[in-house]
Amino acid sequence: MTSYLFQRLAGTLPVLLLISFLVFSLIHAAPGDPTLLLLGEETNAAEIARAKERWGLDQPLYVQYLKFLRAAAAGDFGKSFKYAEPVINVIKTRLPATIELAVFAIIIASLLAIPLGVWAGAKPNSWIDNLGTTFGLFGISMPSFWLAIMLILLLAGVLNLLPTSGRSTYGIAGPEQTGFYLFDSVVQKNWPAVWDGLTHIFLPALALGMNMLGILMRVTRSSILEVMNEDYIQTARAKGLREKNVVWRHVTSNALIPVITVVGLELGTLLSGSIIVETVFAWPGSGSLLITALNARDYPLVTGIVMTYTLAFVAINLIIDGLYAVVDPRIRY
Amino acid sequence: MVFMQSLTLESATEKSVVWPRLLPRLHVKAFTGGVIVLVFIVIGIIGPSIAPFDPNKQELTAMMKPPAGIGASHSLGTDNLGRDILSRIIHGSRVSLLVAFAVVFVSGFIGIALGAISGYFGGKVDFLIQKLVEVIWAFPPLLLGITIMAFLGQGLFNLILALVVQRWIPYCRVVRGQTLSLRNRDFVTAAQCLGASNRQIITRHIIPNLIQTSLVIGTFAMASSIIAEASLSFLGVGVPPEIPTWGTMLADARIYISTAWWLPLFPGLCIFVTVLGINLLGDALRDLLDPRLKRTGAKI
Repeated sequence: MTSYLFQRLAGTLPVLLLISFLVFSLIHAAPGDPTLLLLGEETNAAEIARAKERWGLDQPLYVQYLKFLRAAAAGDFGKSFKYAEPVINVIKTRLPATIELAVFAIIIASLLAIPLGVWAGAKPNSWIDNLGTTFGLFGISMPSFWLAIMLILLLAGVLNLLPTSGRSTYGIAGPEQTGFYLFDSVVQKNWPAVWDGLTHIFLPALALGMNMLGILMRVTRSSILEVMNEDYIQTARAKGLREKNVVWRHVTSNALIPVITVVGLELGTLLSGSIIVETVFAWPGSGSLLITALNARDYPLVTGIVMTYTLAFVAINLIIDGLYAVVDPRIRY
Repeated sequence: MVFMQSLTLESATEKSVVWPRLLPRLHVKAFTGGVIVLVFIVIGIIGPSIAPFDPNKQELTAMMKPPAGIGASHSLGTDNLGRDILSRIIHGSRVSLLVAFAVVFVSGFIGIALGAISGYFGGKVDFLIQKLVEVIWAFPPLLLGITIMAFLGQGLFNLILALVVQRWIPYCRVVRGQTLSLRNRDFVTAAQCLGASNRQIITRHIIPNLIQTSLVIGTFAMASSIIAEASLSFLGVGVPPEIPTWGTMLADARIYISTAWWLPLFPGLCIFVTVLGINLLGDALRDLLDPRLKRTGAKI
């Protein structure tokens, strides 16, 4: 098991190297001059040359890449052009918001999808199954950003129930500790801020989680259907267990293995989905930061964010492979 | 690999068992999905001749008109520049579907070809192709598209390219797996004995056996392409803003959400309904061709 993980880890390195090269060359070949965008059109040639020298843009591309690689290995992605701060610090201030949003999206999706999926799978072709299946299909067919707009329109615009942008109402938050706003507020026992934070996170998390909800519901349902036909379920029934106990204890515990896998796999989709949902809700996370950085041609920042997302994605996949063995003892590497 | 093998050759026998049980539900799914997709394809083809207005004509006297209802002159309303929403949606369906079809066909072609080559020849070729698959697959979806579009700039051709880069992967993976098992089948050995070249074996004997599964992958790729195109256009890195698509319409509508509900509602509804139709069709197709995929809930 350990040797397998090491092997996988070693196999990941060349992949990461290739990705870094791909991202670096893509971004540097992009049209649009960052110096012009940042300094404005009226700057003279000498100033541009000085800025280029400061940012190392006057050197040949391969020198820039090698420099980038050496620094990146030490966790240094250079300084952001726009924010004039180390990229890693800029990302650090925005990442907690994205993680918080993703965690809430997963919680909402799982809380709704798993019970619905179990119920639908336990009673195939019943009204609840039809309802659940339709709902699941709607979930996977709904573009998250459109759902986000519709939620804003309905719940915030017409009914005026929930806030539509940002993480909190101005001035309500206590001092920042970890950057995880809700976590901080709970630790500080600042309950109005917790409630305020929850009202802010609900809509974006729902919009982000809807896709996962649909997929999870479908996977849970089919997994339950499959387990229902197993012999040990017949045995449980023959023992005289009530159907409710059979479904929730015997079937569900066995059917959840593929569900856990799907949660892990969908995390990657969730990460990239957050880019678009964050933009709609003006959520101050790393996804909306990427769009800002792209528009400003902030090379180091874009590279940093793309690499962070990719690293997270690769790490998640690695962890899922490891989890397989933990969850299902039949799998051995 | 066992299930892949049965998928192609035993499907004929499976069908007779599966048909009676699945028929009613399948029919509903396939029918609804088929009708939805067909309607949008027809609209896309004959669109320009049935659209009541020029989609880009700005009518400054009729800005921000709410939907007037069926039969009226701006039945779905107008936008902030006085452009007719219905006409823009009709023209938009053409572009959205065109992009999606192009992406599905090009990525299908690349994916099936590379997958078959990878599985048939094995060895170094297989290793290289699979490394490429691994690298591209390591990018979170959409992120690669955004990065590529930021590099290439907005445009229809660039958009298709950016979407194809990731979408040939599912074809390649599944096709490779199937080819690995097909390669050792008797009919391939027979063809080899008769002196058929590798190219002939792949194009005549291997690929025809891969069409069914590829069709299923294709429907899901189509659904995801439509959403991806809209997402990229919405973020401002997809179709250029002067071409009306459902995605660019939503991007335009963003700042008017609170004042004009009809601007985001209709284009988004079109995306949703089209994708729903394609997913229904894909589900039905998958159930029909391979009940096993349904049972394991495999997501392609």
